[in-house]
Amino acid sequence: MSLDAVINWSAFKRIVATAALSGVLAGLLLTAVQQLQIKPIISQAEVFEQAAEKASVAIDAETHVAEHLDSAQHITTEMDAHIHSHGQENEAMQHEHHANAWQPTDGVERTAYTALANVSLAIGFGLFLTAAFNWRQSSSQHTKHSANDKMDGWRVGLLWGLAGYLVFFVAPSLGLPPELPGSQSAPLHDRQLWWLFTVLMSASGLYLLVFNQQLAFKILGLVLMATPYIIGAPEPLAHEASSLQALASAFIQATAIANALLWLTLGALMGYFYKKFA
Amino acid sequence: MSLNISLLTRLATPQLSAVKEKVLTSLLAIALGAVLLYGAGFSEMSQLHNAAHDGRHSAGFPCH
Repeated sequence: MSLDAVINWSAFKRIVATAALSGVLAGLLLTAVQQLQIKPIISQAEVFEQAAEKASVAIDAETHVAEHLDSAQHITTEMDAHIHSHGQENEAMQHEHHANAWQPTDGVERTAYTALANVSLAIGFGLFLTAAFNWRQSSSQHTKHSANDKMDGWRVGLLWGLAGYLVFFVAPSLGLPPELPGSQSAPLHDRQLWWLFTVLMSASGLYLLVFNQQLAFKILGLVLMATPYIIGAPEPLAHEASSLQALASAFIQATAIANALLWLTLGALMGYFYKKFA
Repeated sequence: MSLNISLLTRLATPQLSAVKEKVLTSLLAIALGAVLLYGAGFSEMSQLHNAAHDGRHSAGFPCH
């Protein structure tokens, strides 16, 4: 059995073309906005991060001495400290690992790679959005049309973009606020897992809430959307120094605006090109 | 063999194969999106991490 029997290639090409074009344009716009309002905050945070890295070498030496003194009297405390310092060592090693590897030089090169990353992300998001939109369009041909389904082009695209913003940015950010480089946080894998779980729950919950006519399913949708917060996001071991808090909240604001712009542009362009490529 | 034949008969039913086609077409697009998202946003390869660093932070992805 060939793939042609199970894949609708013309629909697939339409999805890919729509997502690629919208993703490139929205990703480039994001890069421009980001350089103006997010990049300066990252640069400031990196000054703190580098200072903290230098300081932590000195602190490490001190904790070692303290641990040894402690071990004579309190074995359990020493074990606690050991586990703790192990965690820190791992983090530090991971950081060193990233720092020793190739990285783009500051300036044009770094901006170019950021643009490339943004465009890849935007095309990826665009593929999810267009696939879901295409799915919905072909489902609603057979069922009762809601007001939403009657719209087409960029207007309905904006609504889908808003949904993408809620699912991929707002929902995970409620538990794991966007972080500055060098901030204290829970282990990476726990956070990535929670991020993924939250996105999946929010997407399926929102879909049920918006597109299902039955009350029971709408309630189920709300429950799904709430689940990640009931479980709770992974908590950082230590909290930020207050000097960084102002910078951290400026960062959250800047990313909230930039990502809203990304998603609304991506959605509107998606709706526009999807109609055009019919 | 008999299973294959019954599967083919079912696939040939227009409505069912249309659903199947729709599901797999969407899944293929989503898989492609997931590859891009993973590379730019989640891969721990140092080079990818460093290249995409600012993009990951600004998208609110867990980064370090």
